[in-house]
Amino acid sequence: MTSTSMQHSQMHAPPAESDVVVVCRSIKKSFGEGQARVRVLRGTDFDAKAGEMTFLVGPSGCGKTTLISIIGAILSCDGGDIRVLGDDLRRMRNGQLADFRLDNFGFIFQQFNLLPALNAAENAAIPLVARGYSTRKAEGIASEMLEKLGLGEHTRKIPAQLSGGQQQRVAIARALVHSPRIVICDEPTASLDAASGQRVMELLRDAAMDHERAVIVVTHDDRIFRFADRIAHMADGTISKVERGKLESSKTPVTPKDAIP
Amino acid sequence: MITTALRMLIGDKTKLLGLIFGVAFSTLLICQQVSIFVGLLGRASSVINDVRSADIWVMDPSVRTIDASHPMRDTELSRVRGVEGVAWAVPLFKSQVQVRTREGRLENAVILGVDDTSLIGVPNEFLLGSVEDLALPDAIAINPAGFRLLFPGAELDVGRELELNDRRARIVAIIDAAPAFAANLTIYTRYSLATTYTNPGRNVMSFIIARSADGLAPEVVAQNITDRTDLKAVSSSAFRTESIKYIIENTGIPVSFGTVVILGAIIGVAIVGLTFNQFIMENLKQYAALKAIGLKNRRLLAMTLWQAGFVCIIGYGLGLGAAVLFFRSTAEVDALRGFYLLPEVAGGVAVLAAVIVLLSTLVSMRRVLTVDPATVFRG
Ligand SMILES: Nc1ncnc2c1ncn2[C@@H]1O[C@H](COP(=O)(O)OP(=O)(O)OP(=O)(O)O)[C@@H](O)[C@H]1O
Ligand SMILES: [Mg+2]
Repeated sequence: MTSTSMQHSQMHAPPAESDVVVVCRSIKKSFGEGQARVRVLRGTDFDAKAGEMTFLVGPSGCGKTTLISIIGAILSCDGGDIRVLGDDLRRMRNGQLADFRLDNFGFIFQQFNLLPALNAAENAAIPLVARGYSTRKAEGIASEMLEKLGLGEHTRKIPAQLSGGQQQRVAIARALVHSPRIVICDEPTASLDAASGQRVMELLRDAAMDHERAVIVVTHDDRIFRFADRIAHMADGTISKVERGKLESSKTPVTPKDAIP
Repeated sequence: MITTALRMLIGDKTKLLGLIFGVAFSTLLICQQVSIFVGLLGRASSVINDVRSADIWVMDPSVRTIDASHPMRDTELSRVRGVEGVAWAVPLFKSQVQVRTREGRLENAVILGVDDTSLIGVPNEFLLGSVEDLALPDAIAINPAGFRLLFPGAELDVGRELELNDRRARIVAIIDAAPAFAANLTIYTRYSLATTYTNPGRNVMSFIIARSADGLAPEVVAQNITDRTDLKAVSSSAFRTESIKYIIENTGIPVSFGTVVILGAIIGVAIVGLTFNQFIMENLKQYAALKAIGLKNRRLLAMTLWQAGFVCIIGYGLGLGAAVLFFRSTAEVDALRGFYLLPEVAGGVAVLAAVIVLLSTLVSMRRVLTVDPATVFRG
């Protein structure tokens, strides 16, 4: 308990280190009006560092998705400070936020959200195409990324021809293809069976982890906690404690052989 | 992102086909109906067009169209001839007769009787025979469509005999006259002969066709005639317009064609709108994801517009192609002769197709623009 509160108070220290890329202070967010008003975030503090995989865990409805949506510049907050890569998100207009997302974020969703008519390479290439790359060049880079994620043979397949785990790997490729500084994942393994979930997390860890990049993962799935560098526990709209992850298992690269039971 | 947008659309074959079909269907239907309508209106003035040498039409004041005339006294002719600025004026008889072939075929025909001596009013396009042959006893000239109507399968020829209201007539010439509005069979003959075939007696002159003297506008001379007689006189082009207007105002034709055109447009909007909406709804989550990734509304709108434009161009192209094929294949069908796909119609329908597609995609585009990227994280 004492060690946890120490860690927690560490988070409140000013973000002197340049590797703290996400700084949230006293974030407030409510939904609805009047009687129907729900206060979801009640002064939440949260940090994420480059080179780390930070997990955000907690009971359903406690506000995890709301928080990462705010961090991901998709949702605005009602109060508090939010700085991402040194920029104050609250001072940006909608168009600037969109550009900021395109430049700095990779997103991985529970439901993959791939375009059903596009093949793996085309899907993974979208962030590059959106940034003005030629389709050809973008798909070339995307195919390399897919190769890295073990999908070299599947680059021309559409999502319907891929398993859930494979689809999520395409989504990972899409989230990483433009080398964003921050990757945000909401329940990346929730739609997958245990084995696929493990494999997806291994690949995510291998491909995404970089001393420049922060990865934030929201999850319920305690079987993947071992991949965390830090785990922030959330309850009732605030972070109740932050603990170090089981670094031994997460820092040691896991070979695919080990992952399949 | 254009490629991405089009790949999204092409990837969903069923909906793509539905969308293209919707646009093609509307295009074909509207092109075809409007062309036939325009062609029919043209028929309303075909007799006026075929009498090329006259530029003034004189008639009873009650007459409003070439298709319904009221007889004038024969003495009016000399009064018209006496009006200043009239180079020449000749009578024209126009009526309908029943035509019977030796084989017993019975058809309705429009019969035109032209001035016995000058034969002014007969179109120049003689396929067989010549204008002089009309001076022969019982001589008539008919149009090819009429010939084929009377003698199905027979080669065009002259010399065949017919009965016009039970009186003998002989085909001496085939004239390429455009089919008239009232009947596909058009007969040209001498004035004196035409009146005996139909309703013998005095005061049967339907029209007086006249020519303005050199250097005078037909409108001016027509006004002179109106002022100096109790008759109505108008220029050929004014009479053409009036005859077309008569059809538009006094028949159910514009309404029935208009209804089909509007139905065609509505069905197009319905098919395209519903299909496109379904397409967008199925991809809405993905659009939200694209927004989350950082694509702006402008980009997504452009993508949807490209998809709509693609559907519009392909659908319109196919529909137009089908319309062209339709009119090609009916070019030899006499009932539809003279109906062409006019470039103006094709152009107008192109604009209409674009409007149809735009209208039917508006709702879907709104959905794309308003979808909240935050929804991607919700199950
Ligand atoms: N757009 C919204 N409008 C109204 N209420 C909302 C909205 N988004 C979230 N909420 C509410 O805010 C609370 C927190 O939601 P959030 O999705 O952040 O929780 P969560 O921790 O991600 O839960 P889960 O683990 O089930 O995904 C919930 O009570 C939810 O109903
Ligand atoms: Mg959630």
